[in-house]
Amino acid sequence: MNRIDRRFAELKAAGRTGLIPFITAGDPSPEHVVALMHALVEAGADVIELGVPFSDPMADGPVIQHASERALAKGVGLARILGWVGEFRRRDANTPVVLMGYLNPIEIHGYAEFADEAVAAGVDGVLLVDCPLEESATIKPLADAGLHRIFLAAPTTHDARLAALIREASGFLYYVSFAGVTGANRLDLAPVRARVAAIKTLAPALPVAVGFGVRDAASAAAIAGFADAVVIGSALVEQLANSAGASAVTDAARAFLAPIRKALDAGSAKNAA
Amino acid sequence: MLAKPFDSAASAAASIDFSQYPDEHGRFGEYGGLYVAETLMEPLAELREAYLRLRQDPEFIAELDRDLTHYVGRPSPIYHAERLSKKIGGAQILFKREDLNHTGAHKINNTVGQALVAKRMGKRRIIAETGAGQHGVASATVATRLGLECVVYMGAVDIERQKINVYRMKLLGAEVVPVTSGSKTLKDALNEAMRDWVTNVADTFYIIGTVAGPHPYPMMVRDFNAIVGREARAQMLAQYGRLPDVITACVGGGSNAIGLFHAFLNDRDVAIVGAEAAGDGIETGRHAASLAAGRPGVLHGNRTYVICDDDGQITETHSISAGLDYPGVGPEHAWLKDTGRASYVGITDDEALAAFHELARSEGILAALESSHAVAQGIKLARDLPKDELVLVNLSGRGDKDVHTIAAREGIAL
Repeated sequence: MNRIDRRFAELKAAGRTGLIPFITAGDPSPEHVVALMHALVEAGADVIELGVPFSDPMADGPVIQHASERALAKGVGLARILGWVGEFRRRDANTPVVLMGYLNPIEIHGYAEFADEAVAAGVDGVLLVDCPLEESATIKPLADAGLHRIFLAAPTTHDARLAALIREASGFLYYVSFAGVTGANRLDLAPVRARVAAIKTLAPALPVAVGFGVRDAASAAAIAGFADAVVIGSALVEQLANSAGASAVTDAARAFLAPIRKALDAGSAKNAA
Repeated sequence: MLAKPFDSAASAAASIDFSQYPDEHGRFGEYGGLYVAETLMEPLAELREAYLRLRQDPEFIAELDRDLTHYVGRPSPIYHAERLSKKIGGAQILFKREDLNHTGAHKINNTVGQALVAKRMGKRRIIAETGAGQHGVASATVATRLGLECVVYMGAVDIERQKINVYRMKLLGAEVVPVTSGSKTLKDALNEAMRDWVTNVADTFYIIGTVAGPHPYPMMVRDFNAIVGREARAQMLAQYGRLPDVITACVGGGSNAIGLFHAFLNDRDVAIVGAEAAGDGIETGRHAASLAAGRPGVLHGNRTYVICDDDGQITETHSISAGLDYPGVGPEHAWLKDTGRASYVGITDDEALAAFHELARSEGILAALESSHAVAQGIKLARDLPKDELVLVNLSGRGDKDVHTIAAREGIAL
């Protein structure tokens, strides 16, 4: 069983809302990625999204753009990232890892080769921002190797597309909370709640994670009331950006995530009550 | 003698009807497609449906034709460069004079068309990316004429080297937003425009300036520029009683080139050559020749040839001409290369500059630096061909915008 499926089953059984932090692999420093991943888990991460930096991140706001530029300047690439996942797996056999990024690095690496290496390293899923459902034949070798392909759904996604996305989805569906780039401050909860409810009606068993614009404990707790998991990216990446040294980076991650974890658990408990 | 591309029945392109592409998924063979984030999928579907409907709508076609005739100044002439041809001593060199269009380049053909689509779709705001500034000027021009707000994204490096066009855009009422991410050139301007579009998609129309981007852009931009080749083909038959032996154009994203090439793709006796920017020379790594020196990849919403490293990161390109300084290329060109229907070669900065001066002194025409790459390639082709053959070069833009760049390069203070 894929670790993602197992983790969402566990969350459901425990009545908890999942916390999915996103970090850009190699930012703020390539030396501390693995320690940072362990710190995320200790602070309550249920799934880790590891951003694969790309030179042209069209769907990302300035925070993740700059994190990608910093990581690329330090020579971070796919091979090193898979190495880090392998190293992480030696101490953590259970926390799912999803690689998030753009197609070209994988295209150039070779889809079949990447799929084999990613599975061997312990990657569980991929979210390729510029590979919508219509082009998903491109990444079939990834699915064939057992990686979950995580699809996005957005406020602009019409119902017919939504049904198709649900049919093809594996792992979880990532609902983009507004039309915009990552990290923008445009979160309006009412339409997100309505849309997630609609998805839940169509696909009661498919976990739904909500991301884009979730910045703090309050926004995370509000989403915990109706989604299976919350993704926090830009706000975390921004916090980490100014940390130097292993303990500073891991401390910053723990300090940022702890109140969010607490708020999510309180929100889930309240919801269950 | 230049080999004709279809002498061999074994050629992959021998049986293709090039007028039937892209297919319904926006694919030219394995190139093209729709590689964008989910948020843009429905807006792109709406654009595709609107455009496919409008291009068969007699009222829309009549309005576009009126604008092209009375506002753009079409048709543009074909000019026989007799003095240049005599000097070169080979085939006759002919120019399709897109530099004589309103705003000084072929770019207006596309922006006039897309602005009319935007108006019919009820959008109130236009955004565009620009490299040399020609597409930005052409977008600002059509936006202000239709009373639409206009925001142009331009790399900070390009803003510095194309100051005149930046000011022209401002005179036309557009807001020019400097892009400081990545390499601060055209590709980054395109990223930023895409981010604006995904954020403001409800009321905003994105006028992409070249035949790249997600479907339907490569098709739509080609269709609006294809008037260049349709006119040229008819003019050749009327003025010379035959088609040219070779046609050539510069290729950055490739909109002026596909504009000229498209009407000739099924004319198997017409050889087609694209001139890419070889910058300091392809062997130096400082160039923008995606087709001649790149590899298939995915960038800006389509699969095409890209210039990237072994990690798949898009690398910085170089060309003296901002309009060719782009690490991708339109997917139709990628397909034309692979099928063998067109060939693509590199022209260096120095060769383009030499051609610029040659054309200025022999014919009294200042060509854009982009177009000077095509002029250089036209001269090379003509040199090796007999005097009775005809080489048609797309003179895609005028050079006024480049005089500062050329003066600076040659150490002249203006």
